[in-house]
Amino acid sequence: MKTPIYLDYHATTPVDPRVLETMLPYFTEKFGNAASRNHSFGWAAEEAVEAAREQVAQVIGASAREVIFTSGATESDNLALVGVAEFYREKGDHIITSPLEHKAVLDTCNMLEQRGFRVTYLDVDRQGMIDLDQLRDSITDKTILVSLMAANNEIGTINPLGRIGAICREKGVLFHTDATQGVGHMPLDVEEMNIDLASYSGHKIYGPKGVGALYVRRRNPRVRLSPIIHGGGHERGMRSGTLNVPGIVGFGRAAEIMRVDYDKEQAHLIELRDRLHQGLARELEQVHLNGHPTERHPGNLNISFAYVEGESLLMGISDIAVSSGSACTSASLEPSYVLRALGVGDELAHSSIRFGIGRFTTIEEVDYTIRRVVEEVSRLRELSPLWEMAQEGIDLSTVKWSAH
Amino acid sequence: MAYSDKVIDHYKNPRNAGSFSKEEENVGTGVVGAPECGDVMKLQIKVENERIVDARFKTFGCGSAIASSSLATEWVKGKTLDEAMTIQNTEIVKELSLPPVKIHCSVLAEDAIKTAIADYRKKQDGSSGGE
Ligand SMILES: Cc1ncc(COP(=O)(O)O)c(C=O)c1O
Repeated sequence: MKTPIYLDYHATTPVDPRVLETMLPYFTEKFGNAASRNHSFGWAAEEAVEAAREQVAQVIGASAREVIFTSGATESDNLALVGVAEFYREKGDHIITSPLEHKAVLDTCNMLEQRGFRVTYLDVDRQGMIDLDQLRDSITDKTILVSLMAANNEIGTINPLGRIGAICREKGVLFHTDATQGVGHMPLDVEEMNIDLASYSGHKIYGPKGVGALYVRRRNPRVRLSPIIHGGGHERGMRSGTLNVPGIVGFGRAAEIMRVDYDKEQAHLIELRDRLHQGLARELEQVHLNGHPTERHPGNLNISFAYVEGESLLMGISDIAVSSGSACTSASLEPSYVLRALGVGDELAHSSIRFGIGRFTTIEEVDYTIRRVVEEVSRLRELSPLWEMAQEGIDLSTVKWSAH
Repeated sequence: MAYSDKVIDHYKNPRNAGSFSKEEENVGTGVVGAPECGDVMKLQIKVENERIVDARFKTFGCGSAIASSSLATEWVKGKTLDEAMTIQNTEIVKELSLPPVKIHCSVLAEDAIKTAIADYRKKQDGSSGGE
């Protein structure tokens, strides 16, 4: 086993060697511009892009003509929200989302609010679930779009997309989902689930960075968008700019592997994720799972080790790459907004670690991680005044702290 | 973020980790910070004839917070109470090469020293007054 060990697959994934192999010719021999209509270099590139479009569409049950290539899920989220908001402005000015969305959605909503749109942020429970009745009640005749993610990138909670889609369809509003973490990790079918727009990205599914897609429904209903990037009219005018051919080819191959190996991958992730969870919970007290116990991304394990601050734990297990919701690991010095929105208490947010298991994770790596985390958590608890107080039976919520 | 070697050393080999009994007459205890802010330091001093003869700490917080409090216990040992009162957070920042975002850890360590000394003095006043 080699260290450092990578357990941060929600942040990004390595390119699968099969994907890389597919991409390589498109940097050198087949370097043409897919928009060059008058020679074989362009035709070869266009053909490769169209084959990839089919693969990228299939992984979510869409047809190729409904896929627009972008630079990543951030751009796709921006295009979906701003594009719909601007195009449908006459029809309404109201958008519904949740406080757990990725910043690519939340910051875009914030910008739209400044431009005069109204945004409703649904309540979430402690496991990150929305209330479907509240969603239904929040939709008014001014609502144009509901944007709710497939699987959450921090806590792994999966939204009931089928039921959300049914409500949106019944009420006649568009439904966008940020499916970046969901693709290949949960059932996703734009027809069955009545999804009208979906964002996803290459680098979260063992494809390259800097390439993504936006699914835009073409029939029942036909979704219209105002472009946010203007120029040569590529991608049916919805996203100008020379296509990233090698990236798109890699994204296509990556999506195809996700689709074909879905069951195998799912089983692998769940086995290792549960092994990690059980190993930690067996050897340590006060291990709190963040997110939903069953409706969750198969590779996600987000845990708070009570009385141990997350960044100090990361420092202790520096040969294992994971991430923390602790304030100290963010530039803002605020603990994770996702954990805070769940209302688990800032203290548990500071103590949280996100383990992201992926395709190339092994049992040996999981067992090593259990051993190292148990050692460090035990050591840091011995060093923790909060652990000491808790052992003495003091209820920490009754202590008067000298906040600074 | 990269940590300085000194921070890593204190984190891996904390000095004077542990606790004294709070009840002991000659022990002063300072607990500063709050769990929801992500750091809590407990620093204790043992005093004989106005001089700090021993110290202990426990810290919930990032590596820099642990290192700042560990260093603080080293520095107060052997100092008189008046001398210990003059320890500045900026000296801790310098010794540990803390980056700007970690300055609050050093501030907390300075507060912990001062709070522990105040606690000790209060105890002494209380006991002498009671006799
Ligand atoms: C849920 C979600 N949405 C959007 C993004 C942004 O994706 P990209 O890096 O492709 O812009 C990410 C990745 O950080 C994500 O996890």
